[in-house]
Amino acid sequence: MVHVDFRKNSLGTQYVISVAFTLLVALVCYLLSGFLGYRVVALLLLVTVSLNAMVFEMTPVLVNAVLSALLWNFFFIPPKFTLAITNTEDTLMFMMYFVVAFINAVLTTRIRRAEQQARLKEEKENTLKLYNTLLNSLSHELRTPISTIIGASDNLMVMADKLSEFNKYELAAEISKASLQLNRQVSNLLNMSRLESGFIKPKNDWFDIRELVYDVREQLTEEAKGRPIHIAVKENLPLFKLDYGLIVQVLHNLLHNAIIYAPKYAVITVRAFCKDISLVLVIEDTGHGFPESEIDKVFDKFYRLKNSATGGTGLGLSIVKGFVEAMGGNISLKNMPEGGAVFTVEIPSELSYVSNHQIKV
Amino acid sequence: MKPTSILVIDDEQQIRKLLDITLRTNGFELTEAPSAMEGLKIAEELNPDLILLDLGLPDESGHVVLEKLRKWYTQPIIILSVQSNEEDIVNALDKGANDYLTKPFRTGELLARIRSSLRVNRTHLITYQGTNNKLEIDLELRTVKKNGESLKLTATEFDLVNLFVKNEGRVLTHQYLLRQVWGPGYISQTQYLRVFIAQVRKKIETEPNRPEYILTESGVGYRFSGNDSTIF
Repeated sequence: MVHVDFRKNSLGTQYVISVAFTLLVALVCYLLSGFLGYRVVALLLLVTVSLNAMVFEMTPVLVNAVLSALLWNFFFIPPKFTLAITNTEDTLMFMMYFVVAFINAVLTTRIRRAEQQARLKEEKENTLKLYNTLLNSLSHELRTPISTIIGASDNLMVMADKLSEFNKYELAAEISKASLQLNRQVSNLLNMSRLESGFIKPKNDWFDIRELVYDVREQLTEEAKGRPIHIAVKENLPLFKLDYGLIVQVLHNLLHNAIIYAPKYAVITVRAFCKDISLVLVIEDTGHGFPESEIDKVFDKFYRLKNSATGGTGLGLSIVKGFVEAMGGNISLKNMPEGGAVFTVEIPSELSYVSNHQIKV
Repeated sequence: MKPTSILVIDDEQQIRKLLDITLRTNGFELTEAPSAMEGLKIAEELNPDLILLDLGLPDESGHVVLEKLRKWYTQPIIILSVQSNEEDIVNALDKGANDYLTKPFRTGELLARIRSSLRVNRTHLITYQGTNNKLEIDLELRTVKKNGESLKLTATEFDLVNLFVKNEGRVLTHQYLLRQVWGPGYISQTQYLRVFIAQVRKKIETEPNRPEYILTESGVGYRFSGNDSTIF
């Protein structure tokens, strides 16, 4: 397979490169014309046209076919330095050259078009596969809470007089829990579709990263169920100018992930600091970490660790990645040598070291 | 005493039913309107004590209804909005809405918002008994005491506290705070606000990282919470 492909370049660039290539080959052949018969030169120039056909679009290839035919005629077929051909054999050869170069160009282009169609078809099939995965995952992750809600509310309506007050409360609590789960899944799906449609345009404004980190920890109090989340953020950090809402989502998803998947004994820590002109967020836990073979796939859509029991659509981390990239940053995952996973988010940002002494007080 | 009357303008029958049960159970009187047109008509006829307004109405945008109402209606308006549409929320707050709730909302939150919107601090001497500390604020003498000890606040810091206390329980957008405290020329200087909020929290909160008075409303603004307050 040829991996060089100039078809993405502008047509002008393609003309320049392909013509230069043909001229170069012609020049080398001319310098070696003492050792090469002019019919061998015809073959070499034909190879040049074929090579051009592999990497350029149809029109530059045709132009080169004509050019090389004329070059061959002018510089190599005797009498040299004229376009005249005296020999019948050479006239036939010249015409054949022309036809072969032309067919070569057309055929290669056709093959490439077929290849492209095959690729498109494959992509379509992959999308379909992804769509099916989504449907499977969704129908399970959405139906579970929906079944709970339907079942529990039916019980409350039909058996109200038989249920104890405590049982009624328990059923209501199940409905509440299932609804929150449903709400989270829907938010994830909405965020995913926002990302897919390219609808995410960061609205940057100054914010205090300490405030944000503590804010997110507060939001997750219910999910954390008393489990401590350590925060290591220095007080004298500059203000960053990024999209507060997007970073909240990023940190929220990463922390929520750690709370759900890290074992109960694991310590979860959030760090935030400024490196050069970037905001760095580190979310680490002292759990088992990820299997090394899985690390590359973690941010893929619908990816879920095998045998992971807790509900989820496998969208959380791919949304995180999408949001981080939408802000021009990057995210990585590593295992700590002593076990446990470390997510590192790095986003370039404007910085402000303004303090209240510099402002009207 | 006449019960507090609330008008709900929302086209979703399920939401109106839910609000009906929740609010009546808590002693409020409720009137429902399923469209912007009816909502505006009923508001004029009844002049309710508070309006719950959904932003996504079928016949007219909630933003337009809000503007029409604010031409004459001076009582609290609480916006109901779909999740995480911060721009919409900020826009409505700047147009005169007192507060907002995002669907789906929790019942406790709904009642807290309604109660704090209806509450007005009429006195200049206010005491807040929080879980971590006691705050005594004198708006006339411009003093703040934490657990009986006087705090040193700069003029701007006090202006900020003053604005929060006067709008207790209500969410204030970044732009609103900047305009009121620093002036109209400063509405884009959010870094000033961030620095001063951190500064004021350090002084009035016992745990500045887990504030109980100045609460962050993600992407929207700040809210001064005085839930357990006693007004003298």
